[in-house]
Amino acid sequence: MAKKQESTTVEATKIDARIPAGPLAEKWSTFKATQKLVNPANKRRLDIIVVGTGLAGASAAASLAELGFNVLNFCIQDSPRRAHSIAAQGGINAAKNYQNDGDSVYRLFYDTIKGGDYRAREANVYRLAEVSNSIIDQCVAQGVPFAREYGGLLDNRSFGGAQVSRTFYAKGQTGQQLLLGAYSALSRQIGKGAVKLYSRYEMLDVVVIEGRARGIIARNLVSGKIERFFAHAVVVGSGGYGNAFFLSTNAMTSNASAAIQMYKKGAYFANPAYAQIHPTCIPVHGETQSKLTLMSESLRNDGRIWVPLKKEDAEAIRAGKKKATDLSEDERDYYLERRYPAFGNLVPRDVASRAAKERCDAGFGVGNTGLAVYLDFSTAIDRLGENTIRSRYGNLFQMYDKIVDENPYKTPMMIYPAIHYTMGGVWVDYELQTSIKGLFCIGEANFSDHGANRLGASALMQGLADGYFVLPYTIQNYLADQIQTPRMSTELPEFEQAEKDIHTKIEKIMKIQGDKTVDSIHRELGLIMWDFVGMGRNKAGLELALEKIKAVRHEFWTKVYVPGVSVDLNVELEKALRVADFIEIGELMARDALMREESCGGHFREEYQTPDGEALRNDEEFSFASCWKFAGEGKEPELLKEALDYEFIHRQQRNYKA
Amino acid sequence: MEKSINISLKVWRQAGPKVKGEFETYKLDNVSTDNSFLEMLDILNEGLINHRKEPIVFDHDCREGICGMCSLYINGHPHGLDGETTTCQLHMRRFKDGETITVEPWRSAAFPVIKDLMVDRGAFDKIIQAGGYVSVNTGGVPDGNAIPISKVDADEAMDAASCIGCGACAAACKNGSAMLFVAAKVSQLALLPQGRIEAAHRAKVMVAKMDELGFGNCTNTGACEAECPKAVSISHIARLNREFLSAKFKD
Repeated sequence: MAKKQESTTVEATKIDARIPAGPLAEKWSTFKATQKLVNPANKRRLDIIVVGTGLAGASAAASLAELGFNVLNFCIQDSPRRAHSIAAQGGINAAKNYQNDGDSVYRLFYDTIKGGDYRAREANVYRLAEVSNSIIDQCVAQGVPFAREYGGLLDNRSFGGAQVSRTFYAKGQTGQQLLLGAYSALSRQIGKGAVKLYSRYEMLDVVVIEGRARGIIARNLVSGKIERFFAHAVVVGSGGYGNAFFLSTNAMTSNASAAIQMYKKGAYFANPAYAQIHPTCIPVHGETQSKLTLMSESLRNDGRIWVPLKKEDAEAIRAGKKKATDLSEDERDYYLERRYPAFGNLVPRDVASRAAKERCDAGFGVGNTGLAVYLDFSTAIDRLGENTIRSRYGNLFQMYDKIVDENPYKTPMMIYPAIHYTMGGVWVDYELQTSIKGLFCIGEANFSDHGANRLGASALMQGLADGYFVLPYTIQNYLADQIQTPRMSTELPEFEQAEKDIHTKIEKIMKIQGDKTVDSIHRELGLIMWDFVGMGRNKAGLELALEKIKAVRHEFWTKVYVPGVSVDLNVELEKALRVADFIEIGELMARDALMREESCGGHFREEYQTPDGEALRNDEEFSFASCWKFAGEGKEPELLKEALDYEFIHRQQRNYKA
Repeated sequence: MEKSINISLKVWRQAGPKVKGEFETYKLDNVSTDNSFLEMLDILNEGLINHRKEPIVFDHDCREGICGMCSLYINGHPHGLDGETTTCQLHMRRFKDGETITVEPWRSAAFPVIKDLMVDRGAFDKIIQAGGYVSVNTGGVPDGNAIPISKVDADEAMDAASCIGCGACAAACKNGSAMLFVAAKVSQLALLPQGRIEAAHRAKVMVAKMDELGFGNCTNTGACEAECPKAVSISHIARLNREFLSAKFKD
């Protein structure tokens, strides 16, 4: 056990997160009261690049433009409204305590820290909880149609990892409505000319001049041309790297390339091993599947998760001889309710996912593959009626029916865990600045607030917190020193070199002309990630994964085939560039997972578990954020550690049982 | 339960916006009926690439029916024949063994073809930029519960707001009108007190922008509602017309 639980003996290379001194609850107001600002006349002279138009990117671009900065906003899709934040279903947390059920900023902070298995920074998480209420107000003002009670006030639902109802929602389409809110604010600024939008563009590199980020290189996805853009500061909100697994709940273009390029230019990559496997996804149907579909966590409010109690019944169901509805109550094992009486079906995602894997591995899984468990609404339908369930989850039930061709009002849904969200990401300090000056990272792309596991309905909260209420302040603390810096020419040698490097890389890929499609290599990588860097990890498996990933990298750079020409619309080339970077992040994930000899949150090392199979942390040695520093192609990256000293919270073994 | 079918595809191929396009026919055997329509196109593309041919370009992203990126006219209907379905949610079990499936891009003057099945829907963004928002800046707004909104209005606003901006309405319309798209946004915001203040002005500028961008007029054929993957109702067009007229009377 740790000698002193609140601190750590980790001998950390001192990475300065620049957290303001003072009591937890006063840090953010102290920062805002003392930070440097930029006056309105100077704002007009400063350019900011924002990459990404999801919740974080769109809210940041809109808010910065409202303040008076010139914003260049890059969008990989044809419209900012299509960023993958749009697919978030269940809701967004805030500490409003509208339900009078005992919620508070502190409790949201505490739940988030605990949910992240004590691997997040206290100061960041407290700030997140603090600004959460303003997000709801902002979205309501924009016309986001949140669900309401008959009296006209806002409604709430419950989510995993909390004992209060603090989740605001808009049917099962909360992400869509919040994104459209941010998109409308962004569109208003585009209409005014304050934001210049570049849609169907992909960032391929960040340009660093004298230690500061001064622009990006991007590819116009329609013409295939490589273009250069200058700015006084660069903000990247490019999302997570879950697609390294090939099959994930991410959108098809979601990628890690912007993050990997930042890493290669010197930004630390933090906690890459922390990936979230979401418990309620539609099970895999076959080898030609292209992506996985999430069923919102909100379903666990009313759905009960079970598998057959007897192995014979599970076998009969897999063979198609029995149906779920044939089993009586006492032939079912509601294993979450059994193992975690206090939280039941609403345990956090990592816990629910591992419990499903445990039952399936033990031979109790259902579906024709045996890799599925039931999510059953019959109790809720009996209690509330089909109409109430339809009004709460109608679109989710419809989505399930379309994909699986079964009516979930009549038979239980089948679900299985799938990769969904990545808590790790580009390292940022309290001001959301990476280890490169002038380069900021927001939303899922950074590592900051979720520790080793993210609670449901917190991603939307973090993305919008960063974009609306944190970055527009903190970036001024940096830009205040840049008002004397004139706009720079994109003819400077650093721009020239960055573009040249990209041309070289593209030509190298085009010239391989091998016999493997990009997707087939990506699929191979995904299988390695799922088998060895997925829900259960161990030393031997991770070492094997590192070997196998090396082989995949070799295969990619010698056998990939990309048709067509590079200076044209070329979807295969786009995918090839992304897969090259997924291979890099896959390796980094395996490396980080191997280094972290403990289990915490979404990172479960089979060697480190309690007798009843729960994650076993090692605070003594591993209470740090691992920050990987690029050391050159083909070289092992350097590990730096940001010590996580818990000043305000007493760390405990996470307990959702009582 | 899984089974497989053999199909023929007639797919629109067009190298660029200014080049003449034509249909090409492809045969595809043993397609699992559990595959989605886009997964079927992935398989076709994988085969084309393996034969050193250029894959078919089409828009898609979330593949769960919410981003609005996928399009495609399938057998004469936007997003295919299934009701309330986007192309990415359409599954091969909806097709028959031996069937010939015709796949075309959106055909609408305001949505020019970029390549093959990919079109430019930037006009929709421009309409929103003209006024599809509530004019509030970040910060300084009242508490979320300060203005109660009746559940009925909030629910109706939500129904309008469920538009995914895919463009099926304009593509389905014989006049190439974007009225359902515009109405969904105008109606959503007009139903809520936050958006009420600018409602008339919003209707006027969004309709003006729609006309300017080359979309046609609405003649109430209802094709848009019938083809909308999110079942947005044409009753919102009636509300748009009311807002539009009241704005014109004030002029």
